[in-house]
Amino acid sequence: MSGENLIEIRDVNFAYGKRPILTGINMSIPRGKVVALMGISGSGKTTLLRLIGGVMKPTSGEVWVDGRCTSQLDQDGIYDLRRRMGMLFQFGALFTDLSVFDNVAFQMREHTKLPESMIRDLVMMKLHAVGLRGAAKLMPAELSGGMARRVALARAIALDPMIMMYDEPFTGLDPISLGVIANLIRQLNDVLGTTSLVVTHDVHEALNVVDYVYYLSDGKMMAHGTPEAMRANADPLVKQFVFGEAEGPVAYQYPAGDYAAALKMEARRAA
Amino acid sequence: MQRSMLDLWVGLFVVAGIAALVILAFKVGNMSTMGGGDTYEINASFDNIGGLKPRAPIKSAGVVVGRVKSITFNNERFNAKVAMSIEKTYQFPKDTTASILTSGLLGEQYIGLEGGGDDQMLKPGDSVRLTQSAVVLEKLIGQFLFSKAAEGGDPAKK
Amino acid sequence: MPHRSLPSVRGMGAATIDAVLRLGYAARFIGLTIAHSGTSLARPRLVVRELYFTGVLSLIIILVSGLFVGMVLGLQGYQTLTTYGSESALGVLVALSLVRELGPVVSALLFASRAGSAMTAEIGLMKATEQLSAMEMMAVDPVARVVAPRFWAGVISMPLLAAMFSAMGIFGGYIVGVVLIGVDEGSFWSQMQSAVDVREDVLNGVIKSFVFGVAVTWIALFEGYDAPPTAEGVSGATTRTVVTSSLAILALDFILTSFMFRGV
Repeated sequence: MSGENLIEIRDVNFAYGKRPILTGINMSIPRGKVVALMGISGSGKTTLLRLIGGVMKPTSGEVWVDGRCTSQLDQDGIYDLRRRMGMLFQFGALFTDLSVFDNVAFQMREHTKLPESMIRDLVMMKLHAVGLRGAAKLMPAELSGGMARRVALARAIALDPMIMMYDEPFTGLDPISLGVIANLIRQLNDVLGTTSLVVTHDVHEALNVVDYVYYLSDGKMMAHGTPEAMRANADPLVKQFVFGEAEGPVAYQYPAGDYAAALKMEARRAA
Repeated sequence: MQRSMLDLWVGLFVVAGIAALVILAFKVGNMSTMGGGDTYEINASFDNIGGLKPRAPIKSAGVVVGRVKSITFNNERFNAKVAMSIEKTYQFPKDTTASILTSGLLGEQYIGLEGGGDDQMLKPGDSVRLTQSAVVLEKLIGQFLFSKAAEGGDPAKK
Repeated sequence: MPHRSLPSVRGMGAATIDAVLRLGYAARFIGLTIAHSGTSLARPRLVVRELYFTGVLSLIIILVSGLFVGMVLGLQGYQTLTTYGSESALGVLVALSLVRELGPVVSALLFASRAGSAMTAEIGLMKATEQLSAMEMMAVDPVARVVAPRFWAGVISMPLLAAMFSAMGIFGGYIVGVVLIGVDEGSFWSQMQSAVDVREDVLNGVIKSFVFGVAVTWIALFEGYDAPPTAEGVSGATTRTVVTSSLAILALDFILTSFMFRGV
């Protein structure tokens, strides 16, 4: 078990009942790198995140995080693992009944016995890192989407986790907030050495920020490589995704019958 | 909502709730079955207990002095044996009379104890010898009709 | 040729099996909640906070309703009792009706619609906005942190609210009967005192309200926790909480009454 890869996914299959969601996935995420997991909606990216976080166990195959296999861990072991992970949810998932300050302080209060004065300093540091130190007293309902996500990021890094997972961090943000978040992801990695896994389908931002890319389609690993390699990839499936083409291996039309025949039927009905 | 304000309101709420319970317990209800004090047991046999039920009050001079503990049928003598729990602070002489009375006209039945003049007191386990059974309405009416019929018969003879 | 009614019969069978499965899941859920109550004991602040939202915020509706119910009892009771010349028994009628039945039952119904539905909506929304998942990912057990404190708060609030309802009701009956109509004050209270027994009536009423508290809170928390994470899901769960709680309260009331008030 090489210490170089913090996360290793070996031959993982996951099915929800009879529906296969992930088939034959192999991934390795080296320590201290930012890796992007890309694919169109419904390709199984979020499921993979949940498997790494131990929320679900794979139907077959193994998920190794920091030298431990998630399938072999009991509930305490999983909680122990999660304490060293941070996760940024798609829409922030801030606790709506707590203020911004209390949200960021949440993990510190739950898992550590630090005195309040120290917690106050730490929270302010984290909020300053995301540029929202002045918003400490606000409630989540008073924040814009971009601000909420930044607070969620501050909350996720509260205990300086060794792994950060980002579930669609760029979705639905204005260009400025987008740039801010992308920068923060890169900075966190550079400054804290946090290994980061970014699940996204925002190709443009992701390719600027990450060290390595894995591309999932229909539950299978289709391609992987550095951002430059992905841009240069000749595979039509990858090309369609990277350059956002309407037509390609992923069809534009949802499966339906013949168009002309459908029109004729409509005309006949109208007649 | 400030933390201290929240605590204050919750504290008031709990206090008010307990106060309501206390009011219900003391001012609205009576604590007679919660006597809690020590009791001793004596017995009495009746030909007919009427509507007497376990936990019915036992009164003397109108004051509750105990509760009926249990009522069993004596198959040898064909009468009812009533076990009574009397509060230890009240002693009754050996020639006490126990009668089954009704509170009001149609109310619940209770046992009334009338003290005699004996020096010796009833000890736990003793039986009250003088008892008066419950008045059964049908027998009363029957007696009344019978005596009326007998009365009516005499003037007819005259 | 299969009979036309077969699908509906099949549907009923499926619905029954679903209901039984759900009941089993609900039973496991409440077991889990009670097993994870350690945090609630160690950090009573969480329970206190929930006591505010379930108990204190229900005070107004409970006290006002109690007052009105008591006043109506006084009015109606008087009408009926005068036909038998027993107006002096008004206190008995009001007190016993409230303490034995109306106090626990009506306050539980009100509690279910106000606090119960609020709990369901809150937990359902927390689930829908991934707050519960976020908590899980931060290695904080959401059942221990979010569900259990609310459970204990509901169980503690219910008997207190029922007692306050009954007390307000008796006061309302007093206002209508003695102050407004003119029933004799002395016999109002003295007859009440001799007829209402603490162990038989008051204690049984408290036991009832405790049982209702457990039932309503259990249903409310389960529906919220199990709600589909969508707008329709949460609203459906909230409605189900109120309906199921109300039915449960009335059914339990019958069962408890038949045990407690046999032949008294």
